[in-house]
Amino acid sequence: MSREFDWPEFLFLLGALRWTVVLSAIAFVGGGVGGLVLAIARTSSYAVLRGLAAAYIGVMQGTPVLMQLFLAYYGLAVLTGLRIDAWPAVTLAFTMYAAAFLGEIWRGAIQAIPRQQWEAAAAIPLAPAAQMRYVILPQAFRIAIPPTVGFLVQLIKGTSIASIIGFVELTHAGQLIVNATFQPMIVYPLVAVLYFALCWPISLVALRLERRIDAVLGIKQHS
Amino acid sequence: MSYVFQFGIVWDHLPQLLNGAWLTIRLSLGAFALGFALAIVFAFLRTAGPRPVRAAIGGYVEFIRNTPFLVQLFIIYFSLPALGIRFEAITAALIGMSLNFSGYATEIMRSGIEAVPRSQIEAGHSLGFTRLQIFRNIIVFPALRTVYPALASQFVLLMLGSSIVAAISAEELTAVTNTLQSTTFRAFEFYFVATAMYLLMALGARLSLHAIYWAVFERGRPSERAWSR
Repeated sequence: MSREFDWPEFLFLLGALRWTVVLSAIAFVGGGVGGLVLAIARTSSYAVLRGLAAAYIGVMQGTPVLMQLFLAYYGLAVLTGLRIDAWPAVTLAFTMYAAAFLGEIWRGAIQAIPRQQWEAAAAIPLAPAAQMRYVILPQAFRIAIPPTVGFLVQLIKGTSIASIIGFVELTHAGQLIVNATFQPMIVYPLVAVLYFALCWPISLVALRLERRIDAVLGIKQHS
Repeated sequence: MSYVFQFGIVWDHLPQLLNGAWLTIRLSLGAFALGFALAIVFAFLRTAGPRPVRAAIGGYVEFIRNTPFLVQLFIIYFSLPALGIRFEAITAALIGMSLNFSGYATEIMRSGIEAVPRSQIEAGHSLGFTRLQIFRNIIVFPALRTVYPALASQFVLLMLGSSIVAAISAEELTAVTNTLQSTTFRAFEFYFVATAMYLLMALGARLSLHAIYWAVFERGRPSERAWSR
């Protein structure tokens, strides 16, 4: 006899949604720190730094997240010499993944700031680090917000593959419930709806912010 | 650290890996063709169809873009059989990838369509063109040119994302790698080489797509450069 899909099962899914949120949040914050370093390195005047940051971003954006996840999982196992838990592997992999994407988004934002702003900051005079800190980053930040919020949706959806190495988040919880209830027709669409409920509002916010920034920057609007 | 890397064993299994990579490429190209064809139709209906159809396509696009590909795949492969609709893993993978791609490509095409100047569409109206004629003769090609770089990046994402179909064991590169590592216990080495193969495929795809853009849109018109990187 299998279980019916009922309230306890639904609550189990909701509980697992929490881990999707937690994993996404950790990766977003950690990736934000890494991404800022990457974006600054990518726009620095040192060719070596620029090259290293570009190579990192190129590799991370040119390979599947799932492969990065497997490499983090088995790579950590090799380093520590033992079978590791899924937690360190998924947080490491998704943080490194988020850093690459956020680094690239923010590089674009920094480079969108007109050259004259740098020149004006240098003329005040501000030191190069202060030019970045007080003149460029505050402006780049505003341009970067919509795509950054948009990436958050990509990240949340991406964490679903953590289920493949056994990390219990929403998708994996769905699989467990299907195994217990044999009702994939109810469970997977419901899992999709839960993701949608989480992601869609964020997408709408990103869209609104984008329209507002476009309006501020005077970019022509298409209805 | 006492672990000794052994890449020799990966070399021995290279033919299987290459087979998997070949299936990855075929799946990606197939899903691109199907998904893009769908996207053209959807983009037309989204911009020129009756109101309820527009709303339905809009809902479809939002659903695809705000739910994980893995869950979409599970719905196709595990949920639909409950309704008596059953697919082989490889077919389910192709359907899932095509539908997923169509959602993103529809949105990309829509932005390209909306960038076509209104005056050109009005010119079409005043010539007595139907909506479909306007779409076919006036809108599609300039729109395609505008969105080509975005579509090209989306294709690379499609190919990299195809690794996820290993979760329903369609035997592409990732699934082959999973099988090989579990029988040889050389997980890190196998995943490392497979990752490198994906990187090469992504680079190859980017180069080919650049070349196609050049051949289709830029040859003989050096003054116009729409592809900026």
